[in-house]
Amino acid sequence: MPRILVCVKRVPAPGARITLTADHTAIDVKNLGFTTSPHEECAVEEAIRLVEQHGGEATVLTLGPAEAEEQLRYAVSVGIAKAVHVTHPSLVAETGWDPQATAAALTEVIAGLEAADGFFDLILFGNESADAGGFQVGVRVAHKLGRPIVNGIKSITLGDTAVTAQRESTSGFEVYNLPLPAVLGVKEGLNLPRYPTLPGRLKSKKAAVAVSTVEPAAGGLVTENFDNAAELVVQTTMLGTGEAAAPAIVDLLERLGLL
Amino acid sequence: MSEILALFEHDRGEVAETSYQSFGLARALLAAGVGTSITAVVIGAEADRLAVDLGAYGVTSVVRVHHTDLTDYAPEAWGEAVAELIAARAPAAVVATGTDRGNEVLAYASAIADMPFAANITEVRSAAEAHLELTRVRWGGSLLEQSTLIAAVFVLSGSAHVFDGDPSPEAVGATAALETYDALLSETAARTRIIERVTLASGITLTTAAVVVSGGRGVGSADGFAPLVELAGLLGGAVGCSRVVTNNGWRPHSDQVGQTGKRIAPELYIACGISGAIQHWVGMMASKHVLAINTDGEANMVGKAEYAVIGDLHKILPAVSAEIRRRRS
Repeated sequence: MPRILVCVKRVPAPGARITLTADHTAIDVKNLGFTTSPHEECAVEEAIRLVEQHGGEATVLTLGPAEAEEQLRYAVSVGIAKAVHVTHPSLVAETGWDPQATAAALTEVIAGLEAADGFFDLILFGNESADAGGFQVGVRVAHKLGRPIVNGIKSITLGDTAVTAQRESTSGFEVYNLPLPAVLGVKEGLNLPRYPTLPGRLKSKKAAVAVSTVEPAAGGLVTENFDNAAELVVQTTMLGTGEAAAPAIVDLLERLGLL
Repeated sequence: MSEILALFEHDRGEVAETSYQSFGLARALLAAGVGTSITAVVIGAEADRLAVDLGAYGVTSVVRVHHTDLTDYAPEAWGEAVAELIAARAPAAVVATGTDRGNEVLAYASAIADMPFAANITEVRSAAEAHLELTRVRWGGSLLEQSTLIAAVFVLSGSAHVFDGDPSPEAVGATAALETYDALLSETAARTRIIERVTLASGITLTTAAVVVSGGRGVGSADGFAPLVELAGLLGGAVGCSRVVTNNGWRPHSDQVGQTGKRIAPELYIACGISGAIQHWVGMMASKHVLAINTDGEANMVGKAEYAVIGDLHKILPAVSAEIRRRRS
């Protein structure tokens, strides 16, 4: 019976307009909705499906501020059995830790969970977080645990001793076969996440969330401040209205040498 | 004399446009005073023939990395090979283009070498001893982060399509010295390797097409994509879509353009019924030209596009296809 762990991150809702504090050192979180990073929503769904197929148990884990408990309860509401919240007073709102510090903390907590209840056959991460986009926390944790990891995964088939995973390439899929225990970094498109049911929501409100506090390790990437990307100012050329614009569009294709 | 190691990415000897952009990032580091020369790192025997032309990109030396486990892409083995080079050569920096593989290899290499890694940088602002001031992207490109990388070796990937991928004007006719490095690799390094490939598309794909005809919520349904597929077929292009389209199941996720989908840079991007949320924009902002077709003249995409047509895509696209056929006959 497989034991599966999913690591998720609380991020501002994709599509939200991000505004900065006056000194540009942080994101203004007033009026900002938060959610689970999209790749990781799919990781949560996949863990639930794997348990539905193979039995076993899925656990969700996050490193984040007190408010990140919301994302853990959401994962429970859609079917994850257990939740672990790794936190520290310095984790507030959108200010996360450097990737090395994040990976060190996750590794420490995962090692503790495994010492108590046995190893996780499969650990799922999102390929990268939607906000910070560091592209490395999963790889660092896998390396510290001595386990294989492949990123960009869009299909998972779990066996008894190995997991087969597919990653998208420009022409199709690359197939990898990793011995268990293993770690995978997944991408949106792996599945379509389900919505919580009413009983699921009620259950998640009462679910126990294990909390562990860890001290941040040193990391070498220090965020100083933020800037909104320059707004593109473009003089749009109107080619016309409705189907009468078709010849003008084909003229454009001709000019660009694309016909 | 210190070198910058620049990973030259390839797939069994096949090179992409983005592969050369790691040299543009390396040249930006040189200009900021980091390192004194660029050494290309080319992994796998199949890649040997690629090494000979790199002098024109400002590369003075090419290290060809060989091992029996390096016949095809293997993330852990590639990362371990780069980590071995870091230990053996003590470079000033190690760079790659921020593709799926570039970021994965540098994540592995920096995890093994226990060094920080800054992914998807857009600018090298200034350099000092063990301190690099840089700008990198958050939110896939809609937000920029100014950060300091504190490290003995700067491990960096450059956001795709940001750094120059063209030959260096200062290196016309230059040739690079060739070296060979036989990687040691641990016994476990080959456990993450490609064992099989499933080919779905051949020829023109979303990432290589010169024209992409892309649809959003305004397309309305799976069947609504027929005129987009027809036009893409006539132009030898590919069909793309926004996130809402794949979430509705109208198109496969492999067609999705955007922060959580593909990053593309076609000659012309035709955005049909796409409102132009920032998460979509960051996936296609490297397009050379953008044409928006939308019923709403106030849509973000219309305001940001170089060309726009206001109206119903279901009427306009068939008329465009008919006009192309008329001119060709």
